[in-house]
Amino acid sequence: MLDKSKAAETFSRIRKYSAADEVEALIYGGRSALTRFANNTIHQNVAEENYVISVRSAFGGRTARATTNKLDEESLKRVVQASESLARVQHEDADLMPMSSDAGKADGQVPNRRFDQTAAITPQDRAQAVGKIVSTAQKHKLITAGIFSTGESVEGIFNSRGLSDWHTQTSSEISITMLASDSSGWQKANSPNVGILDPAALADIAARKASNSAAPKKIPAGKYTVILEPAAVLDMAGFMFWDFGGLAILDQRSFLNNRVGTNVFGENINVWDDVAHPLQSGSPFDGEGMRRQRVQLIERGVVKRLVYSRATARKMTESEYKNKVGPIEITGHGFPIPNEMGEAPMNIVFGGPANPKTVDQMIASTERGVLVTRLWYIREVDPYEKILTGMTRDGTFYVEDGKVRYGVRNFRFNESLIHMFSNVEDMGTPVRASGEESFDMVVPAMKIRDFNFTEVTKF
Amino acid sequence: MKHIADWALNVAEQRGASHCDLRIVDERSRALATKNGKVGAAADSESQGIGIRVLANGAWGFAASDDLSRTSVETTATRAVDIAKASSHVKQSDVRLAPEKAVIAEWTTPHEIDPFTISVEQNLDLLFKIDAELRSVAGVTLAETNMNFRREEQWFISSAGTNIHQTKYTTGAGFTAYAFAGTELHKRSYPSSFGGQWQNKGYELIHELKLLENARRIGEEAVALHHADKCPEGVFDIILESSQLGLQIHESVGHPIELDRVLGMEANFAGTSFLTLDKLRTLRYGSDLVNVVADARQEHGPGLGTFAFDDEGVPAQCTPIITNGLFTGYLTSRETAHTIGSNRSGGTLRAESWNRLPMIRMTNISILPGEKPLTLEQLIASTDYGILMQTNRSWSIDDKRYNFQFGCEMGWEIKGGKRTRLLKNPSYSGITTEFWNSMDAICSRDDWTLWGTPNCGKGQPQQVMGTGHGASPARFRKIKVGAAYKGT
Repeated sequence: MLDKSKAAETFSRIRKYSAADEVEALIYGGRSALTRFANNTIHQNVAEENYVISVRSAFGGRTARATTNKLDEESLKRVVQASESLARVQHEDADLMPMSSDAGKADGQVPNRRFDQTAAITPQDRAQAVGKIVSTAQKHKLITAGIFSTGESVEGIFNSRGLSDWHTQTSSEISITMLASDSSGWQKANSPNVGILDPAALADIAARKASNSAAPKKIPAGKYTVILEPAAVLDMAGFMFWDFGGLAILDQRSFLNNRVGTNVFGENINVWDDVAHPLQSGSPFDGEGMRRQRVQLIERGVVKRLVYSRATARKMTESEYKNKVGPIEITGHGFPIPNEMGEAPMNIVFGGPANPKTVDQMIASTERGVLVTRLWYIREVDPYEKILTGMTRDGTFYVEDGKVRYGVRNFRFNESLIHMFSNVEDMGTPVRASGEESFDMVVPAMKIRDFNFTEVTKF
Repeated sequence: MKHIADWALNVAEQRGASHCDLRIVDERSRALATKNGKVGAAADSESQGIGIRVLANGAWGFAASDDLSRTSVETTATRAVDIAKASSHVKQSDVRLAPEKAVIAEWTTPHEIDPFTISVEQNLDLLFKIDAELRSVAGVTLAETNMNFRREEQWFISSAGTNIHQTKYTTGAGFTAYAFAGTELHKRSYPSSFGGQWQNKGYELIHELKLLENARRIGEEAVALHHADKCPEGVFDIILESSQLGLQIHESVGHPIELDRVLGMEANFAGTSFLTLDKLRTLRYGSDLVNVVADARQEHGPGLGTFAFDDEGVPAQCTPIITNGLFTGYLTSRETAHTIGSNRSGGTLRAESWNRLPMIRMTNISILPGEKPLTLEQLIASTDYGILMQTNRSWSIDDKRYNFQFGCEMGWEIKGGKRTRLLKNPSYSGITTEFWNSMDAICSRDDWTLWGTPNCGKGQPQQVMGTGHGASPARFRKIKVGAAYKGT
């Protein structure tokens, strides 16, 4: 594995070749492996090792980036020259700030996210775990498909003003689909620490969902009370946090334009961005090397704050919006420069309710509703009302008089996130969850009234 | 590169691999973008590495490295065999590969102008002119432009003696105008949404697209949508312009015909398919006018799915997918061909880069144009009442590819054979086979465009691939319109 001292030595060579006023390097990569199975067979099984150096050169108000994974001397020279050539031909941008020498103050200590046990996992270990998942499938007379991945990654930033930072972490993930002839079930979990993943338990839940939703019935589309498991909540919620960056407001592409400081959601919605949360993942610094701050984005349904890169914070204080967007300060959420998006919160943590309910309790209190395991192919229909469309998938159940009655055919929904998070009746304890449409979050299961299903598909 | 390949092939064989193929890839890309008069992206990148795929004990293993030194290549080959042996502990049967003749070949994407020879200054100058033109329209609140180039050089070498050197060029460009006012944010994109038009060709594409010439119109249309009526809700005839029909093909034909999906190999992520094996040559997929091919050959055009050989050394082919409405073919690979009784792969296996395992991907999945001369204006003139929908805005389909919903940037109400009202927020939805069976007219060759979809996601780890979709405007009868906004 590449380590910080080797990376720093590489950056010193980059500096030697640089003729720019300022130079920065992002150095990242690592080892990863993924064992994939389907039809109760390991059908794809891959591993890779790759390290990348991304150099940004700046001349006054002009900057550009060049990236390579070739680490020999000639390639380093070439990547520096490429970034300089790209930068030199640009118009000067008054908004471009000098590189930072100060990463800002850390807001909470990020816990250790590198685990030897995860880094040491072998193909044989993964195959053994997959064998257990397949055994569960066979016990239930089901077919299984999924993945078991592990990896170890590094991420560093160095600039010519002396700023440097380094992060290492491991990752592991298991995702399991169980298939019956006309139904399916799904579970997914991930963690930097492979030791807390339990493939057999995940397989068992997925298998029960597949078996219990067999012979799904068609019930009409319409507005239903839904119980969304955490993965379903996060896959929806992820579509709104791109709008919580200051630049999205300045660009007038955010659904929060004219809404910051107002009651957008229900009073029971509280959301933070918090990279140091014990269930979160990722590095403690942003694309410019600024330390990520803990920011409360939503308090009792009111959008309180946005996140900012250095340039956006400065621009916002000079804009017509400066008195309409809450506190403006550098929060350490910027993407590598240059970019079009500015910044976004990527370590979302939902606040738990005073009286959390389990999914079983939510079901028990539901007269008529739908229990949703997972959502799929979510896309934005209306960017300002934040209407999303998508499908349910892999375990959708009809709930009546406090009990799960039977599996139902999958629905298409067209639902506004504003509407959805204004109608939350109950919440569980937030957990680390992972879906397929959005980044991982710490998020609870939710019981939501009047969720808008518009069509029913054929299975 | 042969000597590097030999290091890997020798080690794989010594370690017990029954088959080994590898790809050494050297790729270069450039991304330029502007946003409201400033540079949004100015980035060059390059990546090089080797991906080694082996069969051992009847199971697959794959390992990749960015290090092309002998030690690293031999270690990577060893790792691939070890992984294959681990895979073999959880298998139901041995992998079977359809035979393929060894070939030695060289091929380069036909192109007139190497896009990397055009100066960055010239490119940014064009993008800034477009940006200025868009923002000269009162009411445009955000203007975005982009230009992207890619050159991918690949050496594919196998233990069967195949040695193929291919170089592919990709060019893409487009722009979008946004208009925010009150509680609505509208956008218009050109030539299509999500990055514009993309093809496997050189810089000549940029000239052909007439980007600057269309900028003001697009800006004006974005603003005009604020004064447009909402698209009515109901069951109507619709006409889809060609880029939207291209995406409709991608989602409701291209993905369901991937044989790996059909066989359950993608069940955990991308999903499966309603096109179970019993439906081959028995399912009436569409009306008699629906003829779809999967054509990777150069003669089909410069699509993102055009090549000479796929990533397991199989020559580019044209497979009839829907023939006069009948479902006639899947996208196949050497591993899957036998499941439909075929003794040869259809040549569709591709990988995103050196560090990814090749998998079945769409090539150019195109609907053939109508044989009788028919322009879009003539098609509109022959429609009593309907909605013309242009440029995709949202897209979603279930994991078996039955139920879909698409939203478009702009619509026109057609009454008595004429465009009447401009409509905002048009959307339509349906069930795949019902939809394609409702097609009753398609425009002819002059209105046919080979569109590029650069962002098709599939696989775990996910791979992004470019696919091509030729289409001309077509009419569909009695389609559900407007459900996307119903009840919200």
